[in-house]
Amino acid sequence: MTVLVNGVVTEVAPDATLADVLAAHGVPDRGVAVALAGEVVPRTAWASTRLRDGAVLEVLTAVQGG
Amino acid sequence: MGDPLVIGGREIGSRLIMGTGGAANLSVLERALVASGTALTTVAMRRLDAGGGPGVLALLERLGIEALPNTAGCRTAAEAVLTARLAREALGTDLVKLEVIADDRTLLPDPIELLDAAEQLVDDGFTVLPYTNDDPVLASKLADAGCAAVMPLGSPIGTGLGIRNPHNIEMIVAASPVPVVLDAGIGTASEAAQAMELGCDAVLLATAVTRASDPEAMATAMRLAVESGRLARGAGRIPRRWWAQASSPAVEQDRQDRPST
Repeated sequence: MTVLVNGVVTEVAPDATLADVLAAHGVPDRGVAVALAGEVVPRTAWASTRLRDGAVLEVLTAVQGG
Repeated sequence: MGDPLVIGGREIGSRLIMGTGGAANLSVLERALVASGTALTTVAMRRLDAGGGPGVLALLERLGIEALPNTAGCRTAAEAVLTARLAREALGTDLVKLEVIADDRTLLPDPIELLDAAEQLVDDGFTVLPYTNDDPVLASKLADAGCAAVMPLGSPIGTGLGIRNPHNIEMIVAASPVPVVLDAGIGTASEAAQAMELGCDAVLLATAVTRASDPEAMATAMRLAVESGRLARGAGRIPRRWWAQASSPAVEQDRQDRPST
């Protein structure tokens, strides 16, 4: 199945969890946050969150600004 | 100093809040932040792969400066609320500089969406610092909604036009039950001092320092200006007079060397 990670179509295993997808993308384990379908997924729930085909993920971090 | 800035129950060690946008690189930013003496500094939230300077969080941590995430780029209350929640998750802070912008040309706040977002975030337990128009009525409503401070603009973001409506800022200060932070529009040190003389509790600026020819020197100037303005406000300026008032004793009227009439 495929999911959208920061706007990029990404092929993942059918039983992939959010933690699997983030690990495959090399997402660091601190300083980032993830929204799934417009809702924040707390870090503690990453491993137990199963993704559906077509899931939309946004992975954000802090950058210079303001 | 014995007169600390307190926002939402937490003591902030400097009345100059800095932004990190516009700095040429992290090394320039570091020197400017150190020179400014700031204790609280904004960061923006962006997609992880979007670039834009990874490492700013590590820099702030190393310098002992608290991060103030903003919701820059958000146009609606819903976007701003989600961004604030992501920032809280990523940075582990309930502080948020709430920005909800109406359009790209003016970057002025959208007051309707701003107040809506402020109410939602206060309900959700955030310490909300809203970037707002220099409108005393809106500032009052934001404070009533439970915001921990109000941050009126001096002039639009990045313009360096200074404080275009000083009387509005004074009205906001006179009525505000929470700290007032002059946010946006500062171009040079005299304007930061003016904000403090008008009674603001702090100044937030970025561009004036990060895009100055010498950011480190301008950061020092801003630190001194904020301190000077605060001192002058407390010292009580003299009233303005129409006619001159001599500051030396009057001369005697019958001196020998004057021609007699």
